Amino acid sequence: MNSFSTKAGSESRLSDLKEGQSGRIVRIGGHGALRRRLLEMGFLKGTQVYVEKYAPLKDPLELIIKGYHISLRVEEATQVILDNVRQELSNGRETN
Amino acid sequence: MAAKQIKIALAGNPNSGKTTIFNSITGTRQKVGNWPGVTVEKKEGQVHKFGYNLKIIDLPGTYSLTPYSIEEIVARDFILDEQPDVVIDIIDASNLERSLYLATQIRELDCKVLFALNMHDVARARGITIDADKMSQLLDVPVVFTVGNKNEGVDVLLEKAVELARSDVQLPRTRRVKYSKDIEKCIENYKDYIENTVGDQLPYNSRWTAIKLLEDDKILQDRIKEKTGLKAPEILEQAEIHRSHIRNFFDEEPEIIFTDERYGFIAGIVKEVMTTSTLQRVDISRNIDLVLTNRFLGFPIFIFFIWAMFQLTFTIGAYPMEWIEDGISSFSGFLATVVPDGLFKDLLIDGIIAGVGAVIVFLPNILILFFCIALFEDTGYMSRAAFLMDKVMHMIGLHGKSFIPMLMGFGCSVPAIMATRTLESEKDRILTILITPFMSCSARLPIYIVLAGTFFPKSAGTVIFSIYIGGIVMAIIMGRLLRSTLLRGMDAPFVMELPPYRVPMLKSLVIHMWDRAKMFLKKMGGIILIGSVIIWFLSSFPKNIDYSKDYIKQIEAEKQTYEKTISMADEDRLLQHKNEHERAIEKLQQEKRIEATEKSYIGQIGKAIEPVFAPLGIDWRGSVALLTGFVAKEIVVSTLGVLYAAGDDESEALKHALKQSGMTPLSALGMMFFVLLYVPCLATVATIRKETFSWGWAIFSVIYSTLLAWITAFVIYQGGMLLGF
Repeated sequence: MNSFSTKAGSESRLSDLKEGQSGRIVRIGGHGALRRRLLEMGFLKGTQVYVEKYAPLKDPLELIIKGYHISLRVEEATQVILDNVRQELSNGRETN
Repeated sequence: MAAKQIKIALAGNPNSGKTTIFNSITGTRQKVGNWPGVTVEKKEGQVHKFGYNLKIIDLPGTYSLTPYSIEEIVARDFILDEQPDVVIDIIDASNLERSLYLATQIRELDCKVLFALNMHDVARARGITIDADKMSQLLDVPVVFTVGNKNEGVDVLLEKAVELARSDVQLPRTRRVKYSKDIEKCIENYKDYIENTVGDQLPYNSRWTAIKLLEDDKILQDRIKEKTGLKAPEILEQAEIHRSHIRNFFDEEPEIIFTDERYGFIAGIVKEVMTTSTLQRVDISRNIDLVLTNRFLGFPIFIFFIWAMFQLTFTIGAYPMEWIEDGISSFSGFLATVVPDGLFKDLLIDGIIAGVGAVIVFLPNILILFFCIALFEDTGYMSRAAFLMDKVMHMIGLHGKSFIPMLMGFGCSVPAIMATRTLESEKDRILTILITPFMSCSARLPIYIVLAGTFFPKSAGTVIFSIYIGGIVMAIIMGRLLRSTLLRGMDAPFVMELPPYRVPMLKSLVIHMWDRAKMFLKKMGGIILIGSVIIWFLSSFPKNIDYSKDYIKQIEAEKQTYEKTISMADEDRLLQHKNEHERAIEKLQQEKRIEATEKSYIGQIGKAIEPVFAPLGIDWRGSVALLTGFVAKEIVVSTLGVLYAAGDDESEALKHALKQSGMTPLSALGMMFFVLLYVPCLATVATIRKETFSWGWAIFSVIYSTLLAWITAFVIYQGGMLLGF
């Protein structure tokens, strides 16, 4: 369905990304309040997400989406499926 | 003729600068309270302007009006049911796309709405330009630029709001939030159907009702059932049919489709009105976070801030505390000379002033603590603290933000519980309130010092430390337990914005602080006052005690003997006689006091409940002390002092008396844990009742913590005995 994918099986979970990586949202899994909340905060299909950093205890993580900073638990980030994952050279601002 | 009133509601995202604008409009003339029935803070203010009485209501900050959280429900219900004359939506200009999500939802409610593009200076600095005229045109809504913290545009905003309130804008407007063709068809279809079936019975406008029912809005469904009665099942059934139609067509839940489409509509608007220049700039906020949430530095800095907060609170707070103490004691000294002896004087000095005074001395601490908290919140550091601590707090089933209130609990439970207001989920808030009192507050420390110092002279420090740790462990255990039983339920999504750091405004910090102080002072006038009077009454009545000895006669006799002795004594022994005499009188008076307490109502109660405490190795005197500790822990040591016949609170005499009273190290340890775990004080109970909005939780907290305290002390005492300690 997604002709843009570069490699086979290149979809990955947001929680698998490392600091400084970004990707494009393919879909949001899960259901109920979390899913709706994520969508309302702008986690829409086709939107770029950049992983700014993980908290010192590796959970939660800080993201940049639509030009603002937001933090999700790793557990919640597993629900966000991305493709086009790549390492950003400088900072995440220009990804969006 | 009285000026006409205009009701203006402020809506907006958290961190959109809404509160700053509210403060800058209303200044200090604001009333802080709760929305009816919930613990969401409600702020209101009145101003006179343009010949009108403007009533400004600050709605809770939300990202959306989907009724998932209490804040969202409160905000939406207010707009729907209270029908403010104008709604001002504060939009963070530097965050246009996301802010417009709420804006479109408000726009759909078909109220008179006005947009404030706030912080447009920040946006400009980021290279963002917004065409307000175009936006106003596209959405058919007046748009005003503001910079809340510089008071820019606020007057224009109010002027426009008044203008809008007076005008008769046609509602519903023709220009509206548009969805894609298929969805629009579905909405129109269903809207027509509703209009034909129940038409005039609809409480809200039909297009909005249709959209919300298609989004499976539970609250609106209930409202429809109320209003349309018998026709409701049919309406809801039709909604379900339309929903499954959408679901089949798009292969996705309808509410997701609506969210997606709204963002699609927003994207269109943003493209039209916003231009971003490729201005290279330094992102200060991000650079600050390179340090403050750094993998290695984040925690040490966080701990330093917390340490600094406590230092400030307790060292600087100690000075005004002393002044207040001095003030109170000289005031009661003054009253003692002015008011004639009698019952009223006792009530005034020993009851009211002593009781209220014991609590009011914490006012400086509370002010400083809340100033620091406000500083954390207003700069944006609070969400970083939550970011750092979330992993740890999540183990108890709590949100990262719960850390601050719990930490404050080591100082005083009252401000700590008040600080739970920063938590968004009600369950998180109640859970935090229920376990925060296990953080051993500073008022309990003197009790540990006396008991541990007496029974564990060599390892007092270790014992006291382990009691503090015990409190933390108990909080973790009870947190997990309550989370999996009474307060079960979905963990609220963590999803938290990390707003850019901002320079706080002194004005809003002070307003913040003063709000809390007011609440604290109000409580003084209420429950603490009543509690102190009750304890005073119980411990000083009945007056006509049947003493076992005639103390007055004995004291008289002692005085006469003394006179006789010194009249005949040698010059050089005069001092010795005097000392002996004073000691004898003191001893008699003390015996009298003990007997008076023993036979007072509170002593009788102590004796009556002694069987309850006997299995813990605590005698009636300990029981009374614990009972008075219900009012405030500060009283416990002085009660022990009185009952164990030691004049001075922490003197060697008390230690000696405690040792002789049959108390063992084991029962002392049990008693310390009892003190740690049972209700900290009446003020705490009053605060719990106020913050949870229910006597139910307040009473629950009293009962469960006291039970827990008893069981723990029982296990320590009896278990210890079994093990042969």
